[in-house]
Formats: sequence, C-alpha cells, structure tokens
Amino acid sequence: MTDAEFLLWVRGPAFNIALFIMLAGIVVRFMEILLMGRKTNLAEARGSEMAGGLNTIWRRTLPDADTFRRSGFTIIAGNVFHIGLFVVIFLFVPHILVFERLFGVSWAGLPSNIVDATTVVTIVALLAVLVHRVKDPVLRMLSNFSDYLAWLVTILPLITGWLAFNRVGLSGSTLIGLHILSVELLMVLFPFTKLSHAFTLVLARWYNGAIAGYKGVQS
Amino acid sequence: MKKDQTIGEVLRERGISRRSFLKFCASTASLMALPPSMIPVIAATLEKARRPSVIWLSFQECTGCTESITRSDSSTLEDLIFNVISLDYHHTLQACAGHFAEHIREQVIKDNAGKYILIVDGSIPVKDGGVYSTIAGMSNEQILKETAAHAAAIVAVGTCSAYGGIPKADPNPTGAVSVSDLIKDKPIVNVPGCPPIPNVITGVLVQFLTFGLPELDALGRPKAFYGQSIHDRCYRRPFYDKGLFADSFDDEGARKGWCLYKLGCKGPTTYNACATEKWNFGTSFPIQAGHPCLGCSEPDFWDAGSFYSALSTPTENIGKTAIYATAGGLLAGAAIGGVLRARKQAAVKAHQRVTIDDLDKES
Ligand code: SF4
Repeated sequence: MTDAEFLLWVRGPAFNIALFIMLAGIVVRFMEILLMGRKTNLAEARGSEMAGGLNTIWRRTLPDADTFRRSGFTIIAGNVFHIGLFVVIFLFVPHILVFERLFGVSWAGLPSNIVDATTVVTIVALLAVLVHRVKDPVLRMLSNFSDYLAWLVTILPLITGWLAFNRVGLSGSTLIGLHILSVELLMVLFPFTKLSHAFTLVLARWYNGAIAGYKGVQS
Repeated sequence: MKKDQTIGEVLRERGISRRSFLKFCASTASLMALPPSMIPVIAATLEKARRPSVIWLSFQECTGCTESITRSDSSTLEDLIFNVISLDYHHTLQACAGHFAEHIREQVIKDNAGKYILIVDGSIPVKDGGVYSTIAGMSNEQILKETAAHAAAIVAVGTCSAYGGIPKADPNPTGAVSVSDLIKDKPIVNVPGCPPIPNVITGVLVQFLTFGLPELDALGRPKAFYGQSIHDRCYRRPFYDKGLFADSFDDEGARKGWCLYKLGCKGPTTYNACATEKWNFGTSFPIQAGHPCLGCSEPDFWDAGSFYSALSTPTENIGKTAIYATAGGLLAGAAIGGVLRARKQAAVKAHQRVTIDDLDKES
C-alpha cells in the first residue's frame, strides 16, 4: 500500500466503517438507557422534574467550593483538556469542513496557529491527568484497562494531528492518513468506553436532577 | 554531429559559449538545491560526459509530457539539453516513420547495448493481451520489455508511466500499469507530473549524467526535485497558518490570494517543484493562478476524491452511511433494549416477597 492508497483508504472505506459504528453505537446506547424506563413514582410531586433536571445539567458543570478544595487539580486539568478538545475539534478549519460534509452546517474557525498552540496545551493537560492517575494510590486502584484505553485514544489524534499540522518526519499523506486513522479509532471506541459520557452526561444529570426535583429537594 | 562526442565537444562545435554553459550549470545546481561550489563540478563532469543515446517510447499518453519538454525555444536550458543527449527515437519528434523508424530503434539498441537511456511516457495496457495500444504490430508491453532489456537506466516521465496515471483511473478499462510494475531488473527514475515541469525533466537527465543514478524517495522520484511538498514551499502558506481561506473562486479571500485548502488543494500531500520552479519560464504555477493543486505528481491522483473537496473530508457518501447507521442502531437498540427490559421484568417477577408469616417462621 502506497501512502496515497493509505490516505484514500482512511478517507474512504475506513471513515465510513468508523462513522457507521460510532453512530449506530450511540443510538444503541441511547435506546438501552431510554428503553429501561423508570419506575413510576406514586408519591405526590413536590416540585418540577423538568426544572430540577435542567438545573442539574447546568449546575454540575460548575464545581462547588468544597469539591474544588478536595480535587482542584482534577478540575483544572480536566477543564483545560476538555476546553482544549472543544477548540481543537470544533474550531480548526479543516475539521469544520468535515462537519459541514456531515451536517451541512459550517461556522467560523480560529487561526490555525492558535489551534496548534491549544493542541500542545491539551496534550500537556492530558499527560498531567495520566501522571496524576498513576501516582494517586486511590485513583490508581480505581483505574482499569478501559480507563487507560480511553485516555490513549483521546491523546493519539491530538499527537498525530499536531505532527500532521507541523509536518514532522513522514510524508504529508502518511501523516494526515495516520491522523485520520487515529480519529477513526476514537470514533469506533467512543460509544463503548467511558468516552460515551460526552453524550450520556446530559441524560444522567437530567435523571438525577429530575428525581430530586420531583421530591422538591436540591440535587 | 559525430557519434561518441563528449558534451563539451558538441557545445563547442555548436558555438555555445562557456558563459551560457556555466549559466546552465548554475541553474541546474540551484534546481537541485546544490551549493554554488558544485557548479564547476557539474560543468567539468558534463563537459567530459559522452552524449548518451536516448530512446523515448510513448505509450498510453496524451503527448503532454512531450509538449512540456519541448516548451522551449532555442536559447533555453531545455534546448541545451537536447544538444547534450542524442535523442534517437521519439514518435512525435522523429522525422521518419514506419519500418524505418522501428529499424532505427533496433539499431540503437544493438549499437548502444547497456549504455542508452530509455525514457518512457504513458502507461502500458496489459488487459486482453495489450490490444488497446500497439505500435508496429507490437503491444506496448512487448516494445517496453524489448527496449528495456539492454538499457542502462529507465526514466519514467509523467505520472502515467511512473504510476499508471489517468489511463489507470478507476475502472482502468485497459488494465494500465506503470513501467515499474513490469520492469524489475533496471534502475528506474520516476519523474511524475501531469505533465512534469520541463526543467525537472531535463534536470533529472543532467543529474543522471553528472552524478549517476540520483537518490530516490519511496515512490522512485529524485529527491533533489521531489523532496519537498508544494504546501511547504507555497507562498500562500502564511494564510493557511493564519486560518485565512478562500471559500470560492471569486470571493474576497480568493481575490486577496488566501490559501486554497477549502477549495480542495492537494498541496499538503503533493511532492513536486512547482512552487519553486514554476511553469512557463518561471512565470506562475496553478496555485499562483488561483487554482488548487490537483496533486498530479502523486499516484492515483485522479481517484483521490474530488479535486474540489478538501483533503480532510471523507471521500465517500457519508450521508447514506449516517442513515444506515441510525436505522441499524435503532433496530439493534430496540432488540438489546427489549432483552434488557425482559430481564428486568423477569427479575422483578422472580423477586420473592417476604410476608409476615415468613418472618414468624422459625428457621
Ligand atoms: S494553497 Fe495549497 S499548498 Fe498553498 S498553503 Fe494552501 S493548502 Fe498549502
């Protein structure tokens, strides 16, 4: 396989396969959660489910002072790499072009060199959380293979993307091909690892908030 | 012109001044990115080199490569190179035809066995016994193999002979292949491009005559000319880095000369000298003229998705995939969800209720 053939394969059949698995996987996971349903609560409602649900979706995004004091590092590093990922994935012009092909809508991107710098910061933050995970005895004990796998498939596209943008080492086609392939790996594992929190978090928070809201208590 | 003359002798005989010869050597050195100290070396070696006999075979091609190398008038480097090689057989350029032409080819092979350079443009059709392109009753494959057998080296000029090019484009009706697909026992230098830059074709020949077989990249191209990508030498690169792109061929970005990535530019994956060497005596090159690079010096450039879709985008119909995936997901989700639900209900049913009597029972 020449590097041109490799690039064609990752942009063509491989992307199709990865997209199929990711989308089908996301739909399956949603259906699993929704079809399980919830037991009807026979008690009289003391507040609104909807208000509690929506409120919690928002409120859980902001750390409360107590949690911050206990896990400041996790919160800061976590926010840095999540915001970094958002910028890198959604505000880099070549990526926006992919979303445009997928959804038919497009938006303005950031200058490529700002995205480049953000990539480095995001990689550093991800490395920091890994070191923290390995060093902290409790976290280490709680971590299993799938945690490390999720970390790996998240950082790989960042590294390959940075190499492709800065054109380090290999040929242009190979670098872009490897980057797309690493994204495809992420896409395939996305619904089936804890990375699925990217879409299940809304449901999970809503359920928590709604249960509390129904009871008329704060969640 | 006598046979076996050195290039120096030919040049002197033709009245080409030392000054213009050195100028030629200097531009060749700069084309190969060599330091100025190499200019005398090139000059000395070239002067002493024998004019090699060259056979040029044209197969499934459009003559664009020949058009390219002949895009020169008498005072250009390209013409100089025509004086330094002895082009003994070339369909488009030779005066003779028919049996006489073929006889010359056979004679050159005989007289210069193991010494002549074979240049090929065009791909070779191998499907159905090679009937799709024949010359003098012979298939292209037969002529190629016969002529290659005694060549010192082969230069595959143009993407068709280097990688199959447009004739090989899907569905490849003639079974077109490249020279290197058929010839395995000779040094082959690929000079791809659709067509290649004239100075690069001649530059490769000079490099070959001066330094012997050039250093090649993984795709068989001389690194001196194909060592850098268009993107790395593109004058629009600062716009790419700043995220300033033309959205269409006539918007403000296009008028301001911004990067053509969104319009499908293949510069980041294309290795060629267009951005530095340029075309038409250094006048311009596609990107400078406002059109994205097509990637014509890369294998399968014709099938690499649309010329006008960006490199980062998928090449297949992803809308269809999305619909199938959602439908498949709904079906699988319903089935899995149903099983989970049934399990949950079974568990609820199997749950044994504890009654007052049970609690009263003595164990
Ligand atoms: S026009 Fe093409 S080659 Fe030039 S910087 Fe933009 S993408 Fe790269």
